[in-house]
Amino acid sequence: MMGTLLVSVYVFVLAAFLGFELINKVPPTLHTPLMSGANAMSGITIVGALTLVTVASPSVSVIVGVLALILATINVVGGFLVTDRMLATFGGKR
Amino acid sequence: MNGVELTEVTALLALVSIALFVIGLKRLSRVRTARSGNLLMATGMLVAVIITLVEIGLVDYRWIIGGIVVGGSIGLLIVVRAQATQMPEIVARFNGFGGAASALVAVSLFWGVVVETDATSTTAELLGGTSAVTLVVSILVGASTLSGSILAELKLRGTLSGSPSVPLRTAVMGLLVAGGLAVGLTAMLVVDVAATAAALVVALLVLAVLVGVILVLPIGGADMPVVISLLNSLSGLAAAATGFALGNNLLIIAGTIVGAAGLILTQIMCVAMNRSLVNVIAGGYGEGSDVEHGEYGTVVSSDPESAAMVLEAAQSVIIVPGYGLAAARAQNAAHDLARALLDRGVQVRFAIHPVAGRMPGHMNVVLAEAEVPYELLHEMSEINAEFSQTDVAIVVGANDVVNPAATEDPTGPIGGMPILDVQQARRVFVIKRSLSPGYAGIKNVLFERDNTVMLYGDAKDMLTELASEVASAK
Repeated sequence: MMGTLLVSVYVFVLAAFLGFELINKVPPTLHTPLMSGANAMSGITIVGALTLVTVASPSVSVIVGVLALILATINVVGGFLVTDRMLATFGGKR
Repeated sequence: MNGVELTEVTALLALVSIALFVIGLKRLSRVRTARSGNLLMATGMLVAVIITLVEIGLVDYRWIIGGIVVGGSIGLLIVVRAQATQMPEIVARFNGFGGAASALVAVSLFWGVVVETDATSTTAELLGGTSAVTLVVSILVGASTLSGSILAELKLRGTLSGSPSVPLRTAVMGLLVAGGLAVGLTAMLVVDVAATAAALVVALLVLAVLVGVILVLPIGGADMPVVISLLNSLSGLAAAATGFALGNNLLIIAGTIVGAAGLILTQIMCVAMNRSLVNVIAGGYGEGSDVEHGEYGTVVSSDPESAAMVLEAAQSVIIVPGYGLAAARAQNAAHDLARALLDRGVQVRFAIHPVAGRMPGHMNVVLAEAEVPYELLHEMSEINAEFSQTDVAIVVGANDVVNPAATEDPTGPIGGMPILDVQQARRVFVIKRSLSPGYAGIKNVLFERDNTVMLYGDAKDMLTELASEVASAK
């Protein structure tokens, strides 16, 4: 059995390879939407924020966590919407 | 649950979320499938949030609901209020928020476990060494992404212009990063007094913010697209570091994919601009470097009436949009002119330089907003050979991307940059406010050519006038 840390390191390295391989030969037209979409995906940190704001008492850690949740949600919701708005205007035919 | 643990179900669903991200990102990089790719990624994010809510079980939901409602509404408002020309700034802002969120998650975790329990042992003993170390990385990378992105947005808007050089920048950056790591690691691994550790974490935040400022400040506005893409990669890494700190594989995978994909995209953008990443980061390019300013010789200018007469006699016209078109919100006027010409049976095409505007693909977004048919838009590689068989090229608010100096003076400041060969057209109209230089800060030799005629004025007014002249002509 591998330790949890070792599994995480495996996951990290393999995910990096995957990320490198996923993107190749992107037409310039899509540079901005792709950057915008990837940016929305980095809002995944919302998942981390959710686990930290599960108690009612407004301690410093909870308030900082709520702030993180708000910012991450803006990143996710706004990011995917703005990407969609850019792509909606593209003809999409070629 | 019949022998199947809830955690096993959610772990499998996490795989679904990751698959949606991977397939979505892949589809997002192809024109035909891009929009569905974005939708798949958004679905992946929704799955990830639902899994997490299931995993944390029954808790007090007040903060969760409040945070999502507030954040969602703000995100929606920002997008609804944004104009097509502002897209690049919006991406920069969202990116800063993402980085800040990762840093704040790390701070919240630290504060809850160490400061609020008034711990008398080190953070590493309380959270484990991996979490403690990656917390530092998350705060350092996340907070510098925030300050860097804010600066990038201000530079894109033009609120902040110029690219002041920072003396000994590399050394200062190195010291700040090393100092941040030292302060952070001391707080996590050595200090066992909660108050001292807290003070050191605040110091780490300050140093990280300075790193972002020093990184972006000396880089000119024209290079901001590349910088934002790089910062996007960093915010992915910040999320991955947060994933290590929380022991959350979903965060590690999604964050790392963004980090790696963002880095490749940054590289692709640099290639499109014929620059190297190192060269971009070194900064000081363009803006304010008026060393090569150069005086203009004979420049011919004209008025819309005479220009319209030339257009009426033309068989083929290529319109070359640049940032000036976006800034003057002249995309609808450009479409009107194209329509007027098409009605006369003139062949009309738009030539899009990969880095025209403030971001690659910026012109496509702006022209698409004015509903210019996609078939009329042509990339540089497809249309460059066509200029020599074209009667009139109309350059609207573009400058460096049509400067023949790039090919004629290979050692010059923009030497080697791929350009649109508009000078090959029989006649070139340049719609521009004045002869002021573009981002590269150099004179444009195109303006002195015999076949070039300047049409001074606001891009929108000039195009509208041309369109009505052409439309009313018999």
